Order: sequence, then C-alpha cells, then structure tokens
Amino acid sequence: MTDNSESSASMLRSGLSLGLLALLATALLSLVYWWTQPRIAEQERRQLLLQLEQVLPAERFNNGMHEDYIDVSSQLAFPGGQQVRIFRARQDGMPTAAVFRLVVPDGYNGRIKLLIGILASGQISGVRVLDHHETPGLGDKIEIQRSDWILSFNGKSLVNPEKPGWTVKRDGGEFDQFTGATITPRAVIRAVRRTLEYFEGNRQAIFDRPTEFQPQADAPESEDV
Amino acid sequence: MSKTNYREILAEGVWRQNTGLVVLLGLCPLLAVSNTVINALGLGLATMMTLMITNLTVSLTRPLLRPEVRIPAYVLIIAATVTVIELIMKAWTHDLYRTLGIFIPLIVTNCAIIGRAEAFASRNRPLAALADGFAVGLGFGLALVVLGAVREVIGHGTLFRQAELLLGPWGENMQVTLLPGYDSFLLAMLPPGAFIALGCLVAGRNWLNARNIEEQAKPEFEQAGSPAT
Repeated sequence: MTDNSESSASMLRSGLSLGLLALLATALLSLVYWWTQPRIAEQERRQLLLQLEQVLPAERFNNGMHEDYIDVSSQLAFPGGQQVRIFRARQDGMPTAAVFRLVVPDGYNGRIKLLIGILASGQISGVRVLDHHETPGLGDKIEIQRSDWILSFNGKSLVNPEKPGWTVKRDGGEFDQFTGATITPRAVIRAVRRTLEYFEGNRQAIFDRPTEFQPQADAPESEDV
Repeated sequence: MSKTNYREILAEGVWRQNTGLVVLLGLCPLLAVSNTVINALGLGLATMMTLMITNLTVSLTRPLLRPEVRIPAYVLIIAATVTVIELIMKAWTHDLYRTLGIFIPLIVTNCAIIGRAEAFASRNRPLAALADGFAVGLGFGLALVVLGAVREVIGHGTLFRQAELLLGPWGENMQVTLLPGYDSFLLAMLPPGAFIALGCLVAGRNWLNARNIEEQAKPEFEQAGSPAT
C-alpha cells in the first residue's frame, strides 16, 4: 500500500516536472517568435522583392508589386494541380507586366520552381529558377549562377519564335540544350511557352481581379519559395 | 569529479572523441552540408550553439528531473533550443538559412546532441557541461569546415565562396580562387565525394593519432633499445 502510493506520488512528480518544463519551453518559444517575427516577415518581403526585380527591372513598376497578386489554377497551362501566384506590375496604375511564380512538375528530378516575367506587350522580361533538384553539373545550368542559358528567354514571345521554335535545338527549336541534359531545358521551355499562352488568353482578367493580399494577415507566407 | 579538468574536456571533444571523425555521429548533416566552407561554418556554429545551450540547460535541470523522465526532457530542451536558433537565423541570416534549409531544424536529430546530454551533461556541473558542449561542438564544426574546404577546393577550386550568406555584404569579396580557370569537379560536390572525402579525413586523423602515440612512446623505446645497437 505504501509502495503504491509512493510510486504514484513519484509518477505525479515526474509528470509535473515534465509539464513544467514544457510550459517553460513554450513560453520561451512564444517570446522568441514574437521578438523575431517582424524581422522575419521583413526579410521574406525583401527576398520576394529581390526575386521579382530579377525578372522585371525595378523601373518598370511603381506599385507594391509583391502585395498585388492573385492566385490562379489551370490544369491546361499549369499541370499538376498547382496554385500559381501572379504578381501584377503597374506604372502609375497602368498594367505594365505580370510575374508568374509556378512549378514545372516534369523536371528530370522532380519539381522546378520558376519565376517568369511577362511584359504587357507579351514579351518575356526575364525568367529565373527559384528552386530545383536537377543533377549538379548537368541540369543545373538552368540556374543563373551556373550559366547564361536562362537569359535566352529574354525578349521572346509567342511569335518570336513561332511555335515550332519553342524547344531545344536537338528537336529543331531555337534554344540550346545542355550536354548530357535535354529533359531539364525541354521542361522549362514548355512551361514558359504554356505560361505565355495563358497570359495571352487571360490578360484582361489577370490585371482586373482585385488583389488577394490581406495586409492584416500577420501569418508568415507558408509557401517556402 | 571534484576538480574539472577543462583541458581534458577540450582534448576529448575536439580530438580524441571527435563527433564527426571518431564517434561518427551526426554524419547526415556533416555529409550533406559540407559542400562549401561557408555552409559548413554556418551549420557548425549553429550546432555548437545548440550543444552549449542544451548541455548547460540539461546540467542545470539535473536536480529537478527524475531519471525516468530525463530522456523526454532532453528532447524537449533540444527541440526548443534548436527552434530558437532557427528563428534567430531566419531573422538575421536569412540567406544562409535558406541555403542550409532543412538541416537547421534537423539539428534536433543529430544524435551527438542527445548523446552529450546523456553521457556528459546529466552527470556534471553546469560549467563543465558548457565546456563539453563547446569542445564537442568545436570538434564537430572543425570536422565540417575541413571537409567543406576539401570539397570546395576540389569541387570548385575556390574557398569561402558565397561568404555573404553568413557575413553579409562584408563577406562579398572574401572568395579566394585557388585554382584559376578550374573547371568544377562534379564528384566532390555530390554525396559520393562527401563519403570519399570523409573517409580520407578519418584515415588522416587516425594516422596523425597513431604517429602521436608512437612519438610519445619513442623515448622509452630508445632507452630500451639504444644500448643494444
């Protein structure tokens, strides 16, 4: 009997000490979260703006482009059931360009995250790879840090080149492939072309829809791009 | 245990029981993040901070915790510490945080940390535990940085590339090109290169160690052997 009550007392003590520790840890984490959150949000905003300015020169817009976006989905243009975020660039209220943030589902080694800037004229202002898992040394030449290939999209549009030119040279197109890696550039070229077609078909709607940005939402952006 | 020998703790953590090269714990981050010196340094520092804080906390809570709940308590302490470090890195070294990615939260699963908590911090005074965390963290960090340097030189022919990730604008011009015009060597960047380089490091450490022991033993040999020759 005494044994029993002793052991339950010790169990209670163990449980309480763990509970107290958990409480302390939670309090500490909340404090640190509250302290770092504004700075993290600021860093993420800065990061996003830097990325956007890589595909669209800063002098092309004067709205808060990173806060002027809509989310769309289209199985035809953006396969894989993804939500594509479109940032709208405006100069004194007039639409000047749209920047698409999308995922190419059919890379050689999984998903490739792309940022594609398209001017209102339908010309590409820039394309950048945000994230990918392509083979280092072969498929990773899609990165701007590794090669200039991604710049070959600059100035291209649906009519420059015409549709047959929108593939790698090996398939009779206008874009270079990489030695040892054709699948990666093919996938990227296809995705850019599809995005251009989507832009052409939905231009009005893309710029007219109200922004989905909610300033009071203080939760950090969940998508880790 | 009455007098703590800090020299001994340092020698154990950095050399004799080096986590990366002797105990071979925490190899996953060691191999994955050691592709450049700066990445290695970033993760090494984060791991060292974690070890120091968790060791200290574990040692401080020693009188409060019953032995049967100590392991969940360690897990809680380690997870909380790593999350704090993660948040701080995310706020102040955002770009490095993005490069290291999942390996910062994964410090939690580095068995070296719970291993030190159980094997050392739970049996020693706070100051000694802190010193042990520093020594083991330093040993792990050094292994990471050396491995990172070897792989970066062989892989890219440079050192300290992308230093701005860790040091801000100040580090932008830190990159040292050791082999100008060097075409990158892919193998060193890929996981097999990490294993091969780590193997060489372990072998090198063992060789140095064996030589040290031999040298310490030499005088005796000479005393015993010289009259005969």
